Amino acid sequence: MCDTCGCNITPGNRHLIIGEGKLARTEDGRTAVSVLQGLLSENDHQAAHNREHFDRRGILALNLMSSPGAGKTRLLEATIDALKGELGIAVIEGDLETENDAERVRARGVPAIQIATGSACHLDAHMVHDALHHLPLEGVDIVFIENVGNLVCPASFDLGHHRNVILLSVVEGDDKPAKYPVMFRAADLMLITKTDLLPFLDDFEPAAAERHLRALACEAPVLQLSASKGPGMEEWLGWLRGEAAAQRERATRGESLRPSVAPDAHGHDHDHAHHHAHP
Amino acid sequence: MHELALCQALLRQVEAVAAEHNASSVSRILLRYGPLSGVEPHLLRQAYPLAAAGTPAEGAELVMEESPVRVRCRTCGVESEAVPNRLVCAACGDWHTDLVSGDELLLASLELDIPEDPAPE
Repeated sequence: MCDTCGCNITPGNRHLIIGEGKLARTEDGRTAVSVLQGLLSENDHQAAHNREHFDRRGILALNLMSSPGAGKTRLLEATIDALKGELGIAVIEGDLETENDAERVRARGVPAIQIATGSACHLDAHMVHDALHHLPLEGVDIVFIENVGNLVCPASFDLGHHRNVILLSVVEGDDKPAKYPVMFRAADLMLITKTDLLPFLDDFEPAAAERHLRALACEAPVLQLSASKGPGMEEWLGWLRGEAAAQRERATRGESLRPSVAPDAHGHDHDHAHHHAHP
Repeated sequence: MHELALCQALLRQVEAVAAEHNASSVSRILLRYGPLSGVEPHLLRQAYPLAAAGTPAEGAELVMEESPVRVRCRTCGVESEAVPNRLVCAACGDWHTDLVSGDELLLASLELDIPEDPAPE
């Protein structure tokens, strides 16, 4: 979200700021002031700072979102094992309580910081910033941010990441994108997980899940995989390699990338590529 | 549920604008939100008095205007209304659309009480 270029002015709200100008004195002596600011601007400011932090190092930051139990941590474990020695990985874990997920990731030999949110149902840019202070980033190519398991709030907060990866496990129902449109509309990649269970289920059609995603005008690729049994992992790892390489190239050009649908970006899908002044 | 945090962010912005205009208090706050912003208006309304207590916006009327969900079709160019979980073109049915409005969350305007300048001696 941008406070200065006017991209938060849409055909739906333009009438509020044209005409009278910024100040219009009303009849009873009160003053109406048109403001038009995204209410998440403090979060978005911090998110932009986080993104610069990643960009300066050529690191790709991915926001993993799903309902609890869709298999985010299991996918991370399998991904870390598969990419060992090829790509440097670090992980930020968000859960309400426990260090369990961070411990699982550390056991695979990569640094992980656990954010215990208490009762907060999502991560925000400030929490990620605090975690980054404790996360060694030397030799890291990809930072995974495993968001709190929740299909509602995490979609509303920019963390300073580059891509949203949304997991939908086959035990959840293929109409989840229709039920949680705010979340799934933000997907840059949708992973259908736990596909090894498909033969035991009669109510999940991967094609139907993709149809519900397309109805949200979402162009994200859809991949199917089973992190525990292996099928589909190569396509996912290929996507990761491609995104990490693209991020390194962007970094050398001094450019950045936002998720294709960022909170409060008002449908302006422009790249927000801009140059940073680096010492 | 992040409505309380949103109210706190809202009040920080309201207080900054009020201070900029030397206002004594805030009488009305107009928010515009879209169904795709992820904000529940009735939850925000419930959280607001808690966050506003003791601020210049304590007695303000909170007005929330919902923006329509509108999409523009990349295939046929038509702009049409949509519903949050079906962002397809109403004219040709294509899903290759861009959202025109419906995901915004904006502090649109404020009504401030500004004391008249004291009469010159």
